[in-house]
Amino acid sequence: MNIHIDPDRCTGHGVCEGLAEDIFEVGDDGLAHLLQDPPPNDRREVIEQAVQQCPTLALRLADAPPS
Amino acid sequence: MIVGASLAGVRAARAARHAGHTGTIILIGAEEHLPYDRPPLSKTFLTHSSDHPAAHEPDEQAHPPAPAVLMAEDELRDDLGVDLRLGVTATGLDTDSRELLLHDQQRLPYDRLIIATGATARRWPTTTHLAGLHYLRTLDDARALRAALARTTNLVIIGAGFIGSEVAATATQHGIHATIVETQDTPLAHAVGQTAGTALARLHTQAGTTLKCGVQVTDFSGTGHIEQVHLSDGSVLPADTVLVGIGAVPTTGWLTDSGVALDDGVACDPYLATSAPGVYAAGDLARFPHPRREGTLRLEHWTAAAEQGAHAARNAITTAAPTRYEPVPYVWSDWYSHRIQIIGDPHTDQPSTLIGDPDTGQFTVLYRHNNHITAALAVNQPRAIAKLRRLITQKAPWADALTQTTTLNPPATPPAGSRTESRAT
Ligand SMILES: Cc1cc2nc3c(=O)[nH]c(=O)nc-3n(C[C@H](O)[C@H](O)[C@H](O)COP(=O)(O)OP(=O)(O)OC[C@H]3O[C@@H](n4cnc5c(N)ncnc54)[C@H](O)[C@@H]3O)c2cc1C
Ligand code: SF4
Repeated sequence: MNIHIDPDRCTGHGVCEGLAEDIFEVGDDGLAHLLQDPPPNDRREVIEQAVQQCPTLALRLADAPPS
Repeated sequence: MIVGASLAGVRAARAARHAGHTGTIILIGAEEHLPYDRPPLSKTFLTHSSDHPAAHEPDEQAHPPAPAVLMAEDELRDDLGVDLRLGVTATGLDTDSRELLLHDQQRLPYDRLIIATGATARRWPTTTHLAGLHYLRTLDDARALRAALARTTNLVIIGAGFIGSEVAATATQHGIHATIVETQDTPLAHAVGQTAGTALARLHTQAGTTLKCGVQVTDFSGTGHIEQVHLSDGSVLPADTVLVGIGAVPTTGWLTDSGVALDDGVACDPYLATSAPGVYAAGDLARFPHPRREGTLRLEHWTAAAEQGAHAARNAITTAAPTRYEPVPYVWSDWYSHRIQIIGDPHTDQPSTLIGDPDTGQFTVLYRHNNHITAALAVNQPRAIAKLRRLITQKAPWADALTQTTTLNPPATPPAGSRTESRAT
């Protein structure tokens, strides 16, 4: 599972961090960053919630290509 | 059927499709332009290129600058299968026969309808025959203002709200002499309270914008074009351009006599449903019960419009139980190089607490209701907002919020009553 954060869209209000503070953190640049990349699979549900609820549609979830 | 092809409308269309709606989606918008994003219009758009707006002016007549679109046209039409009808104005609604009335007398039947016609800039109460008076709500407004600013030495802005403040900041940064005239003694006091309003005013004066509070504009004078603005204290300001930024009014005129209950906006229940069957509302005009207080609430912010569009659409098409709309409001605004963020419901009737020093351009104002935190306004504290959102959502005790904010933003002198935290290095 891979998460992409679009820096042109993110306005840094941290809905994502509010949902999963172990995975997202808004940094000093005002943009969300990943604390765990890739994030653990067992957090998938809450990550999907963040993707859904991010008001600026800045988050995108992509399954990691098989390696 | 969605009326109003802007943020709330586009998000409604998208959410309806994503939630599995397979039927027709018609999105109707009065403006000819593809749905575009409004926030940049008072910020980067007014100056666009990094140089003074005067640059390339003749070119602009032929090729007016493009706005940021909310969604690419092919994505909207092809991927989401939206029947987008631009330049079409709704003039009425027949909630008995379930038909939308259009400016060309057409009647379009609907099963579900989402009202998302937003708001319109409040007009100046008196008319003037002089040119040079501007508003800022639409792309066309922004293009006109942008062209005017290219020839402006003195700009007078009526109203120290967010839009007026943003335009003042943009203009000042480009060497225009900007003066804001505000009737209240403290800018934005009604929205963010006295403490934050005073602190925000510092951002203007520090940057060189003139702020005249507690006075009213009484008249404009000039020959053909505004040259002077007259104030209630007798002073006269030179002006090439005047921007009226005195708020916005919900665009509900077309709903008069439709059977949809209005109340300074469209009256909704907690599910964003209106009084008419199958009709929902979203965005700047939707008034809904306050989730945490007495009374109702109408939000005129980007995030709210985006969320409500999606929320109303999901509730409109669901066969399951609808969900309540219970937001934690969020607004941002950019002045000079400062980012202002507000989260929650500022209780402006209770004392708020300032942490940090406005003169450094980094501070936070916390709002309380009885003993818990209800809102925060942060300037240049990007990391703080997400953490404060958490505390506000949890209705955390006031003392916890104070401690956490002080940790994030250690003040030079700790505010009375708060604990000083030593920062781990
Ligand atoms: C210059 C500017 C800067 C802003 N900056 C910020 C910011 O920094 N942060 C923030 O949080 N918010 C900001 N906002 C507020 C934010 O843009 C609005 O909250 C948001 O646009 C509301 O979206 P909406 O879809 O409800 O309504 P609107 O964007 O007002 O759209 C309504 C649409 O409906 C159309 N319409 C109206 N009547 C009819 C009719 N009868 N028939 C058909 N179509 C109709 C209109 O043409 C319009 O396109 C800003 C607003 C402006 C104007
Ligand atoms: S919710 Fe979206 S916009 Fe907000 S901080 Fe997270 S990624 Fe950025």
